[in-house]
Amino acid sequence: MLGQIAYALPFLAQGFAVTLWVSLLVVVLSLVAGVMMGVGLVYGPTPLRWVVRIFSDTIRGIPILVLIFFVYYGLPAIGIHLESFWAAVLALTLFKTAQVIEYLRGAVGSIPKGQSEAAMAIGLTFRQRLAYVIFPQAFRRFLPPWINGVTDAVKGSALVSLLGITDLMHAINQVIGRTYEAMPLYILGAVIYFAVNYALSLASRRLERRFSFIRE
Amino acid sequence: MSIAPPANPALLDIRDVSKSFGSVEVLRSVSLKVTRGEVVTVIGPSGSGKTTLLRCVNFLESYDSGSIRIDGKEVGFRETGTRQRRSERDLAKMRAETGMVFQSFNLFPHLTAAGNIMLGLRKVRGKSSAEARQIAEHWLGRVGLAHKADSLPAELSGGQQQRVGIARAVAMEPKILLLDEITSALDPELVGEVLEVVRSLAEDGMTMVMVTHEMAFARDASSRIVFMADGGVSAAGPPAEILGADIDNERLRSFLARFRASHF
Repeated sequence: MLGQIAYALPFLAQGFAVTLWVSLLVVVLSLVAGVMMGVGLVYGPTPLRWVVRIFSDTIRGIPILVLIFFVYYGLPAIGIHLESFWAAVLALTLFKTAQVIEYLRGAVGSIPKGQSEAAMAIGLTFRQRLAYVIFPQAFRRFLPPWINGVTDAVKGSALVSLLGITDLMHAINQVIGRTYEAMPLYILGAVIYFAVNYALSLASRRLERRFSFIRE
Repeated sequence: MSIAPPANPALLDIRDVSKSFGSVEVLRSVSLKVTRGEVVTVIGPSGSGKTTLLRCVNFLESYDSGSIRIDGKEVGFRETGTRQRRSERDLAKMRAETGMVFQSFNLFPHLTAAGNIMLGLRKVRGKSSAEARQIAEHWLGRVGLAHKADSLPAELSGGQQQRVGIARAVAMEPKILLLDEITSALDPELVGEVLEVVRSLAEDGMTMVMVTHEMAFARDASSRIVFMADGGVSAAGPPAEILGADIDNERLRSFLARFRASHF
């Protein structure tokens, strides 16, 4: 049994690499898109706020699995054909972006209005106010839910196996298909996912402590 | 025919400024001129529009009609006569010409006392870090906090925070300093140290507009007192006249009477 699993390890490692790659893409893309749209939601003109609000509410109201199938099987109907890998990344990114928007809104919304006004009063432009006054303060509140979301993204990336992408989950299922050793392989999978996420939350705790000097 | 410029043009020229929040008219055709070096205190009951007027001067609030000029330049709108808001960049530039000190201090909690002062010097005035630090230390010395340069706001008392707030505003070398009830959030025993700083700035010739409830300070330190009521300027003049017993203004008399009754 162990021999068979050891034999499958390089294959599982490849799957693991795909899992990490998908997670990384989703986390980075959703961070960029979510922060930009979140700023639009908080500071933008009314039409933009509405667009972001509707986007966020709609996406968050759809089960992630439905979203993945919609992007992969639904979009071709309007002429958008995506490879399964990119369809999965797009669907997961949309989902995560909606969450990042809400984290950002919450974090920025918690900064008192007087901070923006004081920053305006010394002549900082909008971008400077965000960069030097608002974001440094909002960061500490943004971080915990966001890291939580990152671990969700790593776990959620297992759903890409449903489009036939050989990530860690899919690789495990394939090895089980050949060896019928379901229990040890699922335990191995669980341990790997756990190790990644536990490392992330440790890093998060360290970061939070580093920024805890900011007191209200 | 040419018109000679006035001998002493106003540094701050507020003309017929009106503003409504919904159906509530908070400013009704307010006009006020402040010349260089003047210290003008604005008094009046709460809700009379004092703070709103001050916030219009650096365009933290917009206004519906009228004009506000600093050194001849329209503050919030482009000089095209169309009441088109200035661009974000222009507004920032205009705001850097005025300093503002807030009732609730509004220090940046993630920056030290010196860091609070240095931010504008570096990012708006383009000074080097070393130069900004030097200026910050100079002003912290002026407000008696040289030893607190590296303290975070949370480590300072209210009076100390407000002195940093003043240093942050004046370090930018504004043409005019706006003070918005800067002692209202302070414990009574801390008011004196803050007013002392304002007094010394006045002696240096800093032009100031100060909304305050500190009547004794208004009487002693200001060149002119403006009494606002119901969104308009109800009376204006030198302290002796405005606070004197024979002023012919019923609203002001009853305001002062109520004020005296509650403070003495």
